[in-house]
Amino acid sequence: MANKQSDGKRIDEPTGTETVGHEWDGIEELDTPMPRWWLWTLYLTIVWAIAYVIAYPAWPMLHKATEGVLGWSSRGQLAEEMSAADLARVSVGERLAAIDINKVPANDALMQQARAGGAAAFKVNCVQCHGAGAGGNQNLGYPNLNDDDWLWGGDMASIEYTIEHGIRQPGSDRRQSQMPSFEGMFDSAQLDAVAQHVLSLSGKAKPNRAGAQLFADNCAVCHGSRGDGNRELGAPRLNDAIWLRGNTAEAIKAQMLNPKMGAMPAWGERLDPMTIKMLTVYVHSLGGGEDFVEVAAEPGDEVDEQP
Amino acid sequence: MSNPDEPRGDGERDWSLVVEDGVAKVNEPVSSAVADAEAATRRHEPHEPSRQHLPEKLYEPRRQVHNKRIDGPFRRFKWFVMLVTLAIYYITPWIRWDRGAYAPDQAVLVDLANRRFYMFSIEIWPQEFYFVAGLLIMAGIGLFLVTSAVGRAWCGYACPQTVWTDLFQHIDRFVDGDRNARMRLDAAPWTWGKVLRRGFKWTIYLIIGFWTGGAWIMYFADAPTLVHDFWRGEAAPVAYITVAVLTLTTVTLGGFMREQVCIYMCPWPRIQTAMMDEKSLLVTYKDWRGEPRGSVKKSEKHPGEFGDCIDCTMCVQVCPTGIDIREGPQIGCITCALCIDACDRVMKDIGRPRGLIDYATLEDCQAEAAGGEVRSPWKALFRPRTLVYLGIWSAIGAAMLFALGTRSRLDLTVAADRNPPYMLMSDGAVRNSYTLKLRNMSSEPRDMHIAIEGLDGGVMWTDSTAMDQASRVQDVTVPADETRTVRAYVRAPDGTTTQDFAFLLSGGGERPESDRAETRFDAPEE
Repeated sequence: MANKQSDGKRIDEPTGTETVGHEWDGIEELDTPMPRWWLWTLYLTIVWAIAYVIAYPAWPMLHKATEGVLGWSSRGQLAEEMSAADLARVSVGERLAAIDINKVPANDALMQQARAGGAAAFKVNCVQCHGAGAGGNQNLGYPNLNDDDWLWGGDMASIEYTIEHGIRQPGSDRRQSQMPSFEGMFDSAQLDAVAQHVLSLSGKAKPNRAGAQLFADNCAVCHGSRGDGNRELGAPRLNDAIWLRGNTAEAIKAQMLNPKMGAMPAWGERLDPMTIKMLTVYVHSLGGGEDFVEVAAEPGDEVDEQP
Repeated sequence: MSNPDEPRGDGERDWSLVVEDGVAKVNEPVSSAVADAEAATRRHEPHEPSRQHLPEKLYEPRRQVHNKRIDGPFRRFKWFVMLVTLAIYYITPWIRWDRGAYAPDQAVLVDLANRRFYMFSIEIWPQEFYFVAGLLIMAGIGLFLVTSAVGRAWCGYACPQTVWTDLFQHIDRFVDGDRNARMRLDAAPWTWGKVLRRGFKWTIYLIIGFWTGGAWIMYFADAPTLVHDFWRGEAAPVAYITVAVLTLTTVTLGGFMREQVCIYMCPWPRIQTAMMDEKSLLVTYKDWRGEPRGSVKKSEKHPGEFGDCIDCTMCVQVCPTGIDIREGPQIGCITCALCIDACDRVMKDIGRPRGLIDYATLEDCQAEAAGGEVRSPWKALFRPRTLVYLGIWSAIGAAMLFALGTRSRLDLTVAADRNPPYMLMSDGAVRNSYTLKLRNMSSEPRDMHIAIEGLDGGVMWTDSTAMDQASRVQDVTVPADETRTVRAYVRAPDGTTTQDFAFLLSGGGERPESDRAETRFDAPEE
């Protein structure tokens, strides 16, 4: 029988244990005493908490939390992990720096690491102009790096040189060229004729004799008599389907009157040679990379090895 | 006050009061919820002083359990289960299984570093984790099945805590002797002899704990290599840490905490309580047969007044969790049935029928108490509830076996580049780029063909072939047990419109298989 107590608690008969004093639809809960070791575990956690508060950052103060005697911080841990990751990459970097860029593809593991590193570096340094997918921008004249059309060469060595020295950077001997403005040289009919001729090179218009003559006199020097372009000068191919600044007659005329020429920073000043090699491998792997054999034939494209 | 042990005037003893430890207490009611005729659920006097005299307690001091040695059918079954489970645990990692040159030859291996799970002829990749989930569900329903049929049999025989506690209790008995010797030694002062004895015993504890932790890590790496590396100090730090932690937990939980784990820490007894019903087997003291208790001498003097229980407390002495089963079903009872062995032996000695403490269901107990036949516990196993559990359990098992047998060891997934969706080539052709994942789940390298299905005039090349080698089929070798990522560039002639097409992957080897993945070809809108 229940032994009523003043606060509603009672002693449960069969177990001799006090109840907690509540009742839910006839169900009561026993206030079973904890085992002693449980109590000791509780005290142990309290001691642990005190030690933890002393050892690690804990109390929030006005500007920052208490620092803890171990001096641990999450930023510090991140920095350590970052430097550990850098250290782990050193071997890749060393091997990449020691190898000629044309020989990288022969080494499959190095190639994969370089491509992965290049993809990361591309997202930091290149996507602002060339786009996240390296698709470029037709309106602004940023070249698409996925296709098989290259202004200055699409083999490894050429790409590496381009990235390192930039395009049309003052103080650099190569990757320099300028398209003159034809403002005032042609009258309106002549402009139309040239534009039609340029379009006809890729079959987008009918050929016309006047335009062909004007093109041969004024444009073929750089763009070639059939519009094949010239990679030494960065003169774009005009007889293909890829247009850097539009494929309409208006766009072509605008380019003749007020030529726009792309420029790219010389990344050799900002990035280390390893990163540039990684970027080279990545850009080359985007699907339009060309073979290296042609390069070897062109001694002018010899790579400047970094010291 | 009259002595309740004295017969009353009418020849009846007054059973409403008993005297224990010099204190009179009420014998009548039992828990208010289960009083009356439901004899099977009746609780009997706990061996405690009257509740009116209990002080309020902040904590419960531990009472060391020194269980007495006993032999009998259930003890032998316990030995058998202990031997089998420990053998499985310690020997499994050493079983070899030939999988060819490209896969480990350990029969059961959880290869975390390479994210593979090997179990004999089954190999599971992380994305097939549903097999493991299925196994866990089967384990869960298996526990439902076992609990509804035979109550807490898991707790009593197969639970690692029970098996290791049993092992450590045997060590106690081996080093310090049986129950009485151990109790004496516990109470004895700390002489050098006791220190040496305890040191010896705890060293054995440590060795068992270390061996337990050491066996655990063998499941996660090639066992012979790991043993070699471990003793040369060349194994991974995590191996040493794991062994240290498991040694500590084994010694603490098995060597010292023991029944405290079952009573206070484990959630499983609480869940099982909810899963048992009046048709589940449990270890029961048949109070209608046993009460009132009286020694053999007393019952000879007053025939017909006393039950079969002679209050020898053998059932209490052999109990590994230190409970008194005669108080009724309780959370501390793991139904290991050692008390049945003990009681049966005593009953045999004094020439009374066995089964005063026995496996029985509540329903049978009620029938029996009302004068019915003693029903065999085996008959309790098969009833709709257990059969339904068995059905669900088998269905999941069969479904998993079917899925395992029919799963493909080759797989293709395609992700089309969305930025840029397409690009023009110099000759006006349209190019799309795709990332293909070719999965080879067999343990040998496989030559695979990727083919374009649909997309008239479309050709492709990959990141390992040159653009001028573009064709409608490309050959790729995928290493054993790996997923290879291939960049595929698909070119279609000028004028191709946006359309769906598919990549078809086929692989040779011992079991030719193929897979197909549909995707989309984007083209400029004109």
